[in-house]
Amino acid sequence: MRTILHCDMNNFYASVECLYHPDLRGKPLAVVGDAEQRHGIVLAKNYAAKECGVATGNPLWKAKQLCPDIVFVPARHKLYQRFSDMARELYAEYTDRVESYGLDECWLDVTSSVSLFGSGQAIADEIRQRIKSELGLTASAGVSFNKSMAKLGSDLKKPDATTVLPADQLEERVWPLPVSDLLYVGPAAARLLRKYGISTIGALARSEKALLQSLLGKCGVGLWLMANGEDHSPVAPVDAPPLVKSVGNSTTTPHDLVTDRDIRITLYLLCESVAERLRAQSLQCRTVQVSLRGTDLRWIERQQGLPFPSCSSDSLFRAAYGLYRAHGQGRALRSLGVRACGLSAAVWDQCSLYEEVDRDQRLEALEGALDGIRSRFGRDSVRRGIMLEDDALAAVNPQQDHPNIRLGFVGSAG
Amino acid sequence: MTNRINVSVTVRFDPDGRMFPLSITWEDGRVFPVDRVLDVRRAASLKAGGQGIRYTCRIAGHERYLFFENPGWFVEAAG
Repeated sequence: MRTILHCDMNNFYASVECLYHPDLRGKPLAVVGDAEQRHGIVLAKNYAAKECGVATGNPLWKAKQLCPDIVFVPARHKLYQRFSDMARELYAEYTDRVESYGLDECWLDVTSSVSLFGSGQAIADEIRQRIKSELGLTASAGVSFNKSMAKLGSDLKKPDATTVLPADQLEERVWPLPVSDLLYVGPAAARLLRKYGISTIGALARSEKALLQSLLGKCGVGLWLMANGEDHSPVAPVDAPPLVKSVGNSTTTPHDLVTDRDIRITLYLLCESVAERLRAQSLQCRTVQVSLRGTDLRWIERQQGLPFPSCSSDSLFRAAYGLYRAHGQGRALRSLGVRACGLSAAVWDQCSLYEEVDRDQRLEALEGALDGIRSRFGRDSVRRGIMLEDDALAAVNPQQDHPNIRLGFVGSAG
Repeated sequence: MTNRINVSVTVRFDPDGRMFPLSITWEDGRVFPVDRVLDVRRAASLKAGGQGIRYTCRIAGHERYLFFENPGWFVEAAG
């Protein structure tokens, strides 16, 4: 039986800000995004603000309406990152298996450490104590036999508490809880499950696996396993690189995109940027997704599979342009995005008998050489001819504007 | 009313790069030598509002906390 801890620093952003603003402690406070960049929403709040009904994601006017005394402080992501790094360093003193779930939450596999540091609960209590004295924050911890139960435990008692959920108390303590308490059960899944009379974790555990599969696909099976305590997903090693699920870039262009030529220029820029980043990480993709936002701000996303995995901008462009022709033509666009999904490690396949694969491999090699030239002599040292047709569009630098790596959550149901 | 006072500190670096505060220069220019460093650890200061490496120092017969929060130093105001 494993011993897994889940540590969750309570109201993380808001708690860090309260540490640095002793005069605001105990008063309602919310950490907010930059209103000038149109990010003016509540990112985090402390308990006093929560009591007034302020929720994460509220626009500022609504938060003020719910809680007239609330104080807004701007987010300082570098500071939060520093605290997150310090917490990870602290966790790593107890085990080499530390996996982050966002900035404020981590799983620790302490199975091999209990003989050194004491029971799971003793380690959790010591860690909480140290987080309080060394970082000035409170954390809640869950101690259990797998990741999903440890996470559930840390959510049960907040703030500043340890909850132990042993395997033999699963039915007694976990099954009566609402199904939405389970990791990866969001509002939509909970609604769907409720429709079928599944409102508790126990009901989920006792339901038919096949039914869940038909309702939620393979995620349904993952949830069923979790509800039955059968989550065997490992905690990643502390030095494991984060799992990248997709690589994308998007840009809002300096002028609206009206003609096909405008679209082609912008798509080439985005595809080249995405392909270069794929190559830098030795990845290739199977699916290309485009997002198109019109001047009416309506947003659509469409995706298409590639005939074979690729990391050449040419393949990405052909798929992306095809999607645009099928779904976006006939209206002016103000922003465009390209995302590569279905990633796998790029391996040099043996020479293909298929002409198109062979052509793509040669293109990838050519583009790899271009990457080298650009890294030495600058992005504009080698350009496609079409870039000369519109200086304003060609000057867009997607990597500088909106680098965008989406991290996947790791888990059996992920 | 803040309880955090940022101060100038004269520091000795040992060959391993560890820092030892030698004296603190107060806002009004008075200099207080650090008689002895009693403890060094990472800690938060709820009182002053900050977090860093906390040096427990003996200064003029009193124990005082001196914090290094990169890149500066602060002490907790009395009272």
